Amino acid sequence: MSGKLAEAEAPSAGASMQARDTHRLTPARRFHIYLLEARFQFVEVLREPMFAVPTLAFPLIFYLFFGVIMGARGVSLAVPTYVLATYGVFGVLGPALFGFGAGLANERDTGVLLLKQTTPMPAGAYLFAKVMAALIFGAVVVAALFLMAAHAAGVALYRWQWFALAGVLLAGVIPFCALGLAIGAWARGRSAVAVVNLVFLPMAMLSGLWLPIYMFPDVMQDIALALPAYHHAQLALKVIAMDAGQPVPMHLAVLAGETLVFLAVAALGFRRADSFSMRRSR
Amino acid sequence: MQAGTTHSSPLASLSRITHRYGPVLALDDLDLEVRRGEVLGVLGPNGAGKTTAISLLLGSLQVQEGAASVFGFAPGAPEVRVRRGAMLQISGISANLTVREHIELFRAYYPAPIPASRLLAMAGLEDLARRRYGKLSGGQKQRVMFALALAGDPELLFLDEPTTGLDVDARHRLWSEIRALRESGRTTVLTTHNLDEADALADRVVVIHKGQRIAEGTPAEIKSRTAGRLVRCVTRIAPDETASLPGVVEARTRGQHLEALTTQPEALVRELLARDQALADLTVVAAGLEEAFLALTRDGREGAA
Repeated sequence: MSGKLAEAEAPSAGASMQARDTHRLTPARRFHIYLLEARFQFVEVLREPMFAVPTLAFPLIFYLFFGVIMGARGVSLAVPTYVLATYGVFGVLGPALFGFGAGLANERDTGVLLLKQTTPMPAGAYLFAKVMAALIFGAVVVAALFLMAAHAAGVALYRWQWFALAGVLLAGVIPFCALGLAIGAWARGRSAVAVVNLVFLPMAMLSGLWLPIYMFPDVMQDIALALPAYHHAQLALKVIAMDAGQPVPMHLAVLAGETLVFLAVAALGFRRADSFSMRRSR
Repeated sequence: MQAGTTHSSPLASLSRITHRYGPVLALDDLDLEVRRGEVLGVLGPNGAGKTTAISLLLGSLQVQEGAASVFGFAPGAPEVRVRRGAMLQISGISANLTVREHIELFRAYYPAPIPASRLLAMAGLEDLARRRYGKLSGGQKQRVMFALALAGDPELLFLDEPTTGLDVDARHRLWSEIRALRESGRTTVLTTHNLDEADALADRVVVIHKGQRIAEGTPAEIKSRTAGRLVRCVTRIAPDETASLPGVVEARTRGQHLEALTTQPEALVRELLARDQALADLTVVAAGLEEAFLALTRDGREGAA
């Protein structure tokens, strides 16, 4: 870099200062920033094996084992069909918690977020990128599960059921990203992955994502009623008529309520962090 | 130069800023002014409040008491963000993105960014454009942060300890870039605890200690605020004895040498030579910014005690 700028590389500050009245983002530029932020967020996570393996590979390996291999030995298609829905929930939950929750905590800790906040980047672009990355990864897992289910496990659903199931599963990104946001707002960088794991695996199990919930003792079934993944899974199972029979509005109400609680918890965390951030970094 | 700049309003300013982190007083009634076209060195020991002052000017900290203004706007205003660049002390950006990807993303934030190829050249990153950030050396990472700070072609640049962790060679290359930016009409605010850096780059220096501005001026003025000359020699005369000699402000032993800071170098040298016939290796030099800084911060401490 020595002297390159000095030798006529110097950008003329004067020339570009004229065009600076346009601090307001045009819709086209805003769209460009949102798109680029989302693209690089996706690429960044994709290149991280610590993320890609557990969140992408686990649900598919589980399905291969419990859905395809075990399912092939049974007479009924109940198991491959049931776990299609629940592993789908699992597959959407992972990217939301790891990519959003742990990723956000990490970027707050390293200072990336602080740096970006000094730029004209709209805050919405950052959140949008994280939600989109979680959505795309979730969609990849769901698509792969559907392919395995239809072609390897022999699951047969009506066309509307495939679409409805996909829609319900992907909508889970909303409550789960809100949960990730809450974790990211409170957990510190390195401990965030541990916190996410402490939420991710027990919640997956207690919500009946691995084994149907009616196989659990009553106490555990009661706990499940408090978990967003349980209600989300019940909605997914409703599409294939394998749910526990609770009303849809109840599941929706719990999910909506918990989403609001997660957002409020996240907002509190950010406000607290504001007054602590400098003491932390200094 | 002083006369020319006084009647133009400052590009950025902090006035009567007091800032606390809980019970800790970080800034204590601080005034700071950034003038158009200058390189302002904000100097002070670690924990003096430099980063807090910068964070207020960046809008990443909310003003508690006093007022902060950049280009006549609040520091966090959109009008400010598009015209300002910053290199912060952060531990890193995404390790999995390449240098070019990081630059492309930051360029997108600004209405009139510098072309990517030029940014890569300015930061000396042409050969590293496709490398992932996580695979870079510490010095290379600093250069990426420098390129990101410049991405929007800023009028005002904040560099918070930009050469921390750089080797001597990389440091001098960054210095020459900062000088070139100044020549192109940009304004730079540079925080550092490296006195050579302020001496080499800054038009004006503000010294902060314990959250207060304890000195302000050109590096030469700051230096002249101290006793003046540093007398150095090998002698059997002890520092305690030297302290009572003509004009001596401070005397100490460094290695084999006696070092005495004095306002009357000629008289001191005469006296030293008279008292020690065997005195050797005598040098008299202008006190550096480091001596000035030590003297200033020592006064600050005594004042506070």
